[in-house]
Amino acid sequence: MPERFVTRGFVGRRESAGAQANRIPPGQHLVKDFPVLSAGPTPRTDLAKWTFRIEGLVKEPVSWGWNDFQKLPAQDFVKDISCVTKWTKLDTRWRGVSVDILLEQVELDRRAAFVTAFSDGGYTTNIPLPELVNGQAFVAYGYDGRPLAPEHGGPARLVVPHLYFWKSAKWVRGLRVMEKDVSGFWESLGYNNHGDPWKEERYTGD
Amino acid sequence: MSEPLDDELVLDGNAAAGALSEIYGDEMTTVLAECASCGQVDPIGGLLAYVHAPGIVLRCTACATVMIRIVHTPRGTLVDVKGKRIPPPPPRT
Ligand SMILES: [Zn+2]
Repeated sequence: MPERFVTRGFVGRRESAGAQANRIPPGQHLVKDFPVLSAGPTPRTDLAKWTFRIEGLVKEPVSWGWNDFQKLPAQDFVKDISCVTKWTKLDTRWRGVSVDILLEQVELDRRAAFVTAFSDGGYTTNIPLPELVNGQAFVAYGYDGRPLAPEHGGPARLVVPHLYFWKSAKWVRGLRVMEKDVSGFWESLGYNNHGDPWKEERYTGD
Repeated sequence: MSEPLDDELVLDGNAAAGALSEIYGDEMTTVLAECASCGQVDPIGGLLAYVHAPGIVLRCTACATVMIRIVHTPRGTLVDVKGKRIPPPPPRT
């Protein structure tokens, strides 16, 4: 069976259509491009003025400038992402800093339970703290081997791939740690507070 | 936020005409809206409209502050009005 052997080597890691289908949450369809969704003008933040801040229920707030943020230990992440507007994109390739690394720099208050991610332009989104840790979320500044483009949230965006992509705040500038949950920009107007694509948590009441 | 018009995805408020008239039962694009943040006054049809998002967002032409948000859900359409002078949406039935 030499031919089969060659063929297997050739297709390498390519998956069968069935295996891909198993990675697409209910109600979603696969896209190859990367749709741009935006609720406002694309901010063009001067990197010299950019900061990333962790505030709220921490002993001392911490803030990094762009250059310091680049010096934090970075990782490559390959993730499937799903937007509530029903597209799913597989194997998106990011570079950034795990939220675990960022949280190592602060001392969390015992009451810390929820996080609001806040962005340039005033966008906010809320995520339970336990869903941002243990490798589940990162702040990305690279996409597909290049700096993250402004229309996709550059210079940096939060990425929380296991939740609908509105939780992955573009142009993110920090995390506010809180005791109580505070609804974000979409969560306060009909979108689900949690947003798990595998449970189709699209709207309030889903 | 100095160049809100310099953006490919922005339309004008007329793009929300249908959604607004569904909510209000009336043509809304000629109604004047005043930005709660900077005081700019524009007809709703002249606001900056972002429709390529989970909802429709209308913003001030001068400072891009959010004035109206509209979200269609399976259980009805939700609207949030922040701009001054814009009449409150009629109660949902
Ligand atoms: Zn304004």
